[in-house]
Amino acid sequence: MINTVTILPAAKNDLRSFVEKTSGQKLLRCYQCGKCTAGCPTAYLWDLTPRQVMRAVQLGLKEELMRTHSYWLCVFCQTCSARCPQEIDIAAVMDSLRHLAILEKRAPAEKEVALFHRHFLRLVHRFGKVWEVGLGGLYNLTSGHPLANTSLLPAMFARGKLPLLPHTTHNMEEIRNIFKRAEELERKSAGPETGRKA
Amino acid sequence: MAVSYAYYPGCTLKTSAREFDESTLKVCKAAGIELTELADWNCCGASSAHSVSPLLGLSLPARDLQTAEALGKPVAVACAMCFHRLKHASHALGDAAKLKQVNQVLGKEFRNTVKVEHLLTILGSNGSSYQVTKKLEGLKAASYYGCVLVRPKEVMELDDEDNPQLMDRIVASLGAETVEWDFKTECCGASLPLSKPEVVVNLSHKILRQARQRGAECVVVACPMCHSNLDIRQKAMKAAYPGFQEMPVYYFTQLMGLAMGFSAAEMHIDKHLTDGLSLLKSKGFI
Ligand code: SF4
Ligand code: SF4
Repeated sequence: MINTVTILPAAKNDLRSFVEKTSGQKLLRCYQCGKCTAGCPTAYLWDLTPRQVMRAVQLGLKEELMRTHSYWLCVFCQTCSARCPQEIDIAAVMDSLRHLAILEKRAPAEKEVALFHRHFLRLVHRFGKVWEVGLGGLYNLTSGHPLANTSLLPAMFARGKLPLLPHTTHNMEEIRNIFKRAEELERKSAGPETGRKA
Repeated sequence: MAVSYAYYPGCTLKTSAREFDESTLKVCKAAGIELTELADWNCCGASSAHSVSPLLGLSLPARDLQTAEALGKPVAVACAMCFHRLKHASHALGDAAKLKQVNQVLGKEFRNTVKVEHLLTILGSNGSSYQVTKKLEGLKAASYYGCVLVRPKEVMELDDEDNPQLMDRIVASLGAETVEWDFKTECCGASLPLSKPEVVVNLSHKILRQARQRGAECVVVACPMCHSNLDIRQKAMKAAYPGFQEMPVYYFTQLMGLAMGFSAAEMHIDKHLTDGLSLLKSKGFI
């Protein structure tokens, strides 16, 4: 992907400091053995493999990394984290990368995956609980795949697996406040590492 | 002695995995384990909250844990995903600075003193006393734990990460036989079914294929997400992988219930998309 790179000192490596701060992981411990990639169930779809993602964070290749599909395809199975000989929680690093992309309002390379998370949380924000019919409906309406998974619906409905109306948490004020305060606090503590350079 | 828990069902057990909820409640009642549903619980955030906002990913489960803490009861969880999020929150909030932040978000005091246990541990521990009245003799099952139930080991505190035995022991106690296999904790595709169904079909198919190769007639699970990926995608697996043979997927509580004398209807075996009744009939269990 890139022929030459410049290794930045930590102070200038915004990507690495953000990821280290939010994931609590020591990125420089990674010695590129590749065990994370070997065990990752979805790595066959990643443009940069988990090992390469780790390297890109070490090197501070923020723009190159943010553009990839890789971290969006992590399903958080934690196989990598369990196997890393350097005891790095790689899954937490992937979480940090998604979090960074969202804080910086970047267009996700995997728009469907990002959309799924967004709708999921929209429902929790609205009802306190997830409502599967609503989640599927919102997803299909907005993803450009209006018929995604609909072939399964008749059988699911017939078995009473998909209630048409949402269950809700009663104290919704508390739930909305949780969303609001978490976002405020997170933006406040995001620090100078986030933000896109022109 | 009746043991009493605040029961956290989670969203899926109230909708597409109702059979897991209902079999859990019936089995626990019969085994003298008292489960009282946690009042006004909210979603744990599952795979989405922490993917988008780490603080939200801790605060949503913390609200539920706080409710249980105020009751002074330990929390019992059946869903592997919810269990993962609740355990993860308790573990992460061992950090005083994070706990302080979460308390700011919650707007009330949570001290993080509550214990979270999975039903596999509760039912599988020596203290639990369920009566097997109808042995499931001759049934060969593959226990499938999936990823989030056991990983990371220090946080989940459930069982070994690569070769867990807890569910195998329960299944064996019912008279059934469990097979040795390599896919116990491989990933089924997790939360990708809406956005990437083809990935789920690929990964889940590999799991069922090896279960079959090792002689299993069914797969037993403790996670509604694994169940859904393995159960409802079998038609698609057939289309994508010629020669694939369907295989029933049961919740461990459903098999427990059957062995404890409940009927197939009471255990909602007919709720699955892949036929689970024929195998049980052929064995003479129902
Ligand atoms: S397993 Fe750990 S040390 Fe090895 S490449 Fe992956 S992150 Fe680096
Ligand atoms: S947690 Fe993510 S990166 Fe790690 S093995 Fe699983 S899918 Fe791959």
